[in-house]
Amino acid sequence: MEHKIKDYTRIKGWGVDADPENDPTYPIKNRTNEEHKGYSWERPPQQVVNMEILKSVERPNVSAVFGTSMPPSGLSGKLRRFAYQWSENTYTRWLTLIFADRVNEYEGIVEDIKSGNIPNIFAEKGWKAEWRLKPERLAIKIGTTAAIVTALLTVMIRKSK
Amino acid sequence: MLAMNYRGPKRVRVDKKPEPTILHPEDAIVRVTRSCICGSDLHLYNGLVPDTRVGSTFGHEFVGVVEEIGSDVTNVKVGDNVLVPFNIACGKCAFCKQGLFGNCHEANSQATAVGGIFGYSHTAGGYDGGQAEYVRVPYANVGPTVIPEGMDPDDAVLLTDVVPTGYQAAEMGGIQKGDTVVIFGAGPIGIMAAKCSWLFGAGRVIVIDHIEYRLEFAKNYAQCEVYNFKSMDDPVLFIKKETDWMGADVCIDAVGAEAAGDVMQTITGRKLLLQAGSATALHWAINGVKKGGIVSIVGVYGPTDNLVPIGNVVNKGITIRANQASVKRLLPKLIKHVQDGLIDPKALITHRVPLEEIADAYHIFSEKLDNCIKPVLIPPSANR
Ligand SMILES: NC(=O)c1ccc[n+]([C@@H]2O[C@H](COP(=O)([O-])OP(=O)(O)OC[C@H]3O[C@@H](n4cnc5c(N)ncnc54)[C@H](O)[C@@H]3O)[C@@H](O)[C@H]2O)c1
Ligand SMILES: [Zn+2]
Ligand SMILES: [Zn+2]
Repeated sequence: MEHKIKDYTRIKGWGVDADPENDPTYPIKNRTNEEHKGYSWERPPQQVVNMEILKSVERPNVSAVFGTSMPPSGLSGKLRRFAYQWSENTYTRWLTLIFADRVNEYEGIVEDIKSGNIPNIFAEKGWKAEWRLKPERLAIKIGTTAAIVTALLTVMIRKSK
Repeated sequence: MLAMNYRGPKRVRVDKKPEPTILHPEDAIVRVTRSCICGSDLHLYNGLVPDTRVGSTFGHEFVGVVEEIGSDVTNVKVGDNVLVPFNIACGKCAFCKQGLFGNCHEANSQATAVGGIFGYSHTAGGYDGGQAEYVRVPYANVGPTVIPEGMDPDDAVLLTDVVPTGYQAAEMGGIQKGDTVVIFGAGPIGIMAAKCSWLFGAGRVIVIDHIEYRLEFAKNYAQCEVYNFKSMDDPVLFIKKETDWMGADVCIDAVGAEAAGDVMQTITGRKLLLQAGSATALHWAINGVKKGGIVSIVGVYGPTDNLVPIGNVVNKGITIRANQASVKRLLPKLIKHVQDGLIDPKALITHRVPLEEIADAYHIFSEKLDNCIKPVLIPPSANR
């Protein structure tokens, strides 16, 4: 089915009130008609894709350059691969990614422990600064957090064995 | 090299990581001499941005020395001192050609709605950032700009984001001479937006926050009026009363997803993650602007949805303008403004922290401790 009108400039009144000054975007003022036509630009050379890059389904290609930080892995990677099958318009995509991020945090702890260092969560949370600047608030935090973390670590260590 | 390593919400540390290499003919490798922590990093730090992977390195505000360049790089050379805009932009696509360097279509495979940003999750392209000793800078012919002779590197590092973003916030407000501008947020961005509102001819500049030391700083730095929303029954009613019951001509949201001030927004947006962060400041901006007024948004939200009174946008005929700052487009003008003494960026820097103590720096900035406005991280190899 062809929905496109062949020559829209023939529509009665087409463009009579066009006003390039009335363009609220910044600065989008030197746009030509060519640029309405999708990938009209000469693309930069393509960075070699030699790792797993998850790509939005809302584009036909991998961008000419891309970041190479942390390719998807483990359970969180599986979740991310699933999420990227959905468009950016869906909750499924974004909520799955947020869930994957939470899973990834625990994978990180397991990975740390496996490589022989128990993460110093105290230091990672910047509690040294808290101790220096807000000792009374820290005392309350430590009581509650220590209990939760200990319980969690015990479970994780058992699981990873 | 040493680099920041994200381990999960509110957990960061510095670890040894492999040094970056040239992966594309237009890449450069930059040795970082200074990098900042930004309010935007707090959205990552708090786990609000989807696809923030454990092990990645944040940091999109940095300056440094070019150490290596790819075969097609002509704009900078090894040894140059450069400031690097936070947006990764190709300079060739339809969006870059229109000056929308924050919306490049050749820098992020993961999400079409988001441009490429250094160290800002896979939703912004999966790049490792500048809170490290070295960083890979793609499209080195476009972004990196040689720091002008005589410019303080502390000024330069704030030209990578804070100054252009504050400026563009005011610019998108379409401020006319004599306008009343209300700015939500007295962080670096809100403070800079207040300063820049005068450059567009504002007649009255009001900054609203709930942290007293920041309001005090904003008042002195930007010569503006400041008010604490904790001492107001209702910030919107307050604005109405302050503006002869009309509302402000322009409202600027310089807060974003971490907004405080409304229990319902905080619980649904920041605790349960049922929305893409808490939209309290945006809510107030829409309801506090006059009919026919302009709301300019630079505060960052996640990619899902937020609860905002969109019906009032229609009923009041409000224009909303928003974007990631187009740093490269604004740089020539803003470098000049800094050189002419119209803007003094480095005055915002309150904390200088060795990269190794990054966890403390994040904590202090996030919790707004120790009168912190803007922290700068110094890598051990900065003075090589
Ligand atoms: N669009 C862009 O290009 C761009 C660039 C940089 C930063 N940003 C965004 O700008 C925002 C501010 O950045 P920053 O570095 O100044 O962050 P910041 O965290 O230092 O400052 C935010 C301030 O907002 C205040 N605040 C919280 N709730 C408020 C409310 N309801 N009303 C008024 N003030 C409130 C906080 O107390 C804090 O002082 C962030 O969302 C950041 O992501 C956007
Ligand atoms: Zn920033
Ligand atoms: Zn581009």
